[in-house]
Amino acid sequence: MSSAHTKTEHGHSTDHNYLNHGSGIWSWMTTLDHKRIGLMYFATVSTLFLIGGFFALGIRLHLAKFGATPLLEPDTYNKFMTFHGAIMVFMVIIPGIPAFLGNFILPIQLGAKDVAFPRLNLGSYYIFIAGAAIAASSMIFNQVDTGWTFYTPYSTAKTSNGVILLVLGAFTMGFSSILTGLNFIVTTHKLRAPGMTMDRIPLMIWALYSTSIIQILATPILAITLLLIGAEKTLGVGIFDPDLGGDPVLFQHFFWFYSHPAVYIMILPAMGVISELITAFSKKTIFGYRAIAYSSVAIAAVSFLVWGHHMFVSGQSTLAGIIFSIITMFVGVPTAIKLFNWISTMYRGTVTFEAPMLFALGFMFLFTIGGLTGVFLASTGMDVHFHDTYFVVAHFHYVMVGGTLMALMGGIFYWFPKMFGRMTSDLGGRISWVLIFTGFNVTFFPQFILGAMGMPRRYFDYLPEYTNLNQISTVGSWLIGLGFVVALITMIHGILKGEKAPDNPWGAKTLEWQTSSPPPHENFINTPTVTAGPYDFR
Amino acid sequence: MTSVSSSSEFQHQHHFKSADHQYASSKQGIWIFLCTEILMFGGLFVGYLIYHSLYPTVFKNGSETLDWKMGAVNTVVLLISSFTMAAAINYVQRGLHKVAAIMLALTIACAGAFMVIKYFEYSHKFHVGTVPGKFSLVDPACSAGGKRAECESKISALLKNPAELEKNHVNAEEVSRLKAVISQPKWEMFYGFYFVMTGLHGVHVVAGAFLIFWVFIKTLRRKVGPEYYTPVEGVGLFWHVVDLVWIYLFPLLYLVG
Repeated sequence: MSSAHTKTEHGHSTDHNYLNHGSGIWSWMTTLDHKRIGLMYFATVSTLFLIGGFFALGIRLHLAKFGATPLLEPDTYNKFMTFHGAIMVFMVIIPGIPAFLGNFILPIQLGAKDVAFPRLNLGSYYIFIAGAAIAASSMIFNQVDTGWTFYTPYSTAKTSNGVILLVLGAFTMGFSSILTGLNFIVTTHKLRAPGMTMDRIPLMIWALYSTSIIQILATPILAITLLLIGAEKTLGVGIFDPDLGGDPVLFQHFFWFYSHPAVYIMILPAMGVISELITAFSKKTIFGYRAIAYSSVAIAAVSFLVWGHHMFVSGQSTLAGIIFSIITMFVGVPTAIKLFNWISTMYRGTVTFEAPMLFALGFMFLFTIGGLTGVFLASTGMDVHFHDTYFVVAHFHYVMVGGTLMALMGGIFYWFPKMFGRMTSDLGGRISWVLIFTGFNVTFFPQFILGAMGMPRRYFDYLPEYTNLNQISTVGSWLIGLGFVVALITMIHGILKGEKAPDNPWGAKTLEWQTSSPPPHENFINTPTVTAGPYDFR
Repeated sequence: MTSVSSSSEFQHQHHFKSADHQYASSKQGIWIFLCTEILMFGGLFVGYLIYHSLYPTVFKNGSETLDWKMGAVNTVVLLISSFTMAAAINYVQRGLHKVAAIMLALTIACAGAFMVIKYFEYSHKFHVGTVPGKFSLVDPACSAGGKRAECESKISALLKNPAELEKNHVNAEEVSRLKAVISQPKWEMFYGFYFVMTGLHGVHVVAGAFLIFWVFIKTLRRKVGPEYYTPVEGVGLFWHVVDLVWIYLFPLLYLVG
């Protein structure tokens, strides 16, 4: 009788879930359910990613110089570069994990029914959409070509007004970021399930919490910086104009004060995902839980002190350069702690290699390369040589694509069964991983060499001796593109025809695997009581 | 009595355990948001301090051309509005909706008064020419191509024209201050900061007034009361931060110099 009752209840909860709780487009457009909002971010970010990827392929095809005449005109090339950068940074990588995976996963992992402020959450989504639309319209209609960093005087001295719209778009998306961060902080503090003490919080949430702190503290500085660009353009206030006593380099200080912590808005959630994947596919308690949790917070703290390392050749003083160089090295310490702990977790674990695990391992490999080359760039002597070359381009792609995008892909394949109630083809996931991982290295490793040889970044053209490596790089970009197409097909196939997913297909231990696949509207039939750590495989 | 009580009972949202739980969460959220507002202004203050240290005379001269009396009146206006806002919160908590609505209306009136005074301040500066960048020139197009040093400022033109001085009520004291301003290169920098800082603050005053109007409507419709006053309290906290920012801006721009 008891068994029958349980089965009946389980059957009911499986039949009624958040996907069919309310039907029709309008119920999605006005939803207050964090899981649906997460999926809406997923659809939006994926679309923007495809667009940004198109511009990336265009850039690489142009730089391959397969024909006698250039593929793109100089102005067109500059626009492709600006669009690719602005879309990928502000619209894909920054919101990718926090807004999409974070929105879906954070409340369930806490044992909560929703985020603290559901209406604000939906508001954040539409503010993000508005910001992306404003930025996109400026790119389409006003032909911005400053690059995504809006450096002055380039962004303020030209007659084009496209910069104002793009800046307004970035400002608006920043506001969405602040509101999401606020929501996550309050949810983490106020809505944990009974028994979930601070040392029982999943590491994904520690990462999202640290990220939210950065969003709250750093994004307002971006807001005022972008506002000052607008004021400079419209009123000529002179703050960045040397004719009026201003200083263009001050803009760089303000911009990087936000944008270097923003790098950690991009990478910290990725590290949170990796902690989940490594434990789930090693079937082992995480090694050094506290060290990983606190290193997230440490990274968030140190990230505010290192912005000057983007400016070693800007005219910044030697003393400032030395100080920023030394402090930048410190970011490597908590990062190394994480990597050490992940490897230790795998040691003597029961390791399996499903697609999500492959992406996690790919992350560790690629991110380590990005991190080590970051140490090169943190050395002022070497940075003078590498600054604004393709070495830098390769470095930050290893961090942001090799890191964050790998983690995002791993996270999607990992939580896909929970989101949609269906499994993806693991073979499809593995094939996409092989293509993306291989293509990534073929694309960007040659760029380290090109940069060391002195090829400048952002240029429309280059000297003949760089041709071969550029062509190899372009071939790599095709593999990446193909890999993402395979991933897209795998996911669509999974949604339409995937095998029905059990509640806990990976045998993992965090709370989301204790509810149905897909979850009910309020996440749990009964709020769980937490009695152990999040990765208790003993 | 029972019927009235049950009809006014506040229903907390489904994902909170109780009304108190929801209230504590909302409070935390509001304070975090206000931190971001202070940080945004903080960025401006950092910029101000940097340039003030680079051009101390420019900033002293510019400060002396501001009408500290109008600034002081605006300070008093905002302080009164903070009192009326706090009173409104108290009356909502006690269920005195009509008095609360009056207090909220008075707060909005103070915001309006603040902006009217600011309108007169700004108008005078536009007429005299104490404005930023190219707009401070008789011919804004003159400075293109790095030839700013050869351009005539509106202040300079004004000082040569006794009729315009009379028309804009520029007295001898102000004339001497304006001469001091244009005696320094890069003098427009101060006004860049003046307009950006007071402009951003003004935007917040207007936004605050709209938010107060929103809770004013809620109060009239009795959507808030002893059981649920989070929106009024939240908007009140925002208004106090707007007031607080001005309390820093006023001495910094008008008095210290």
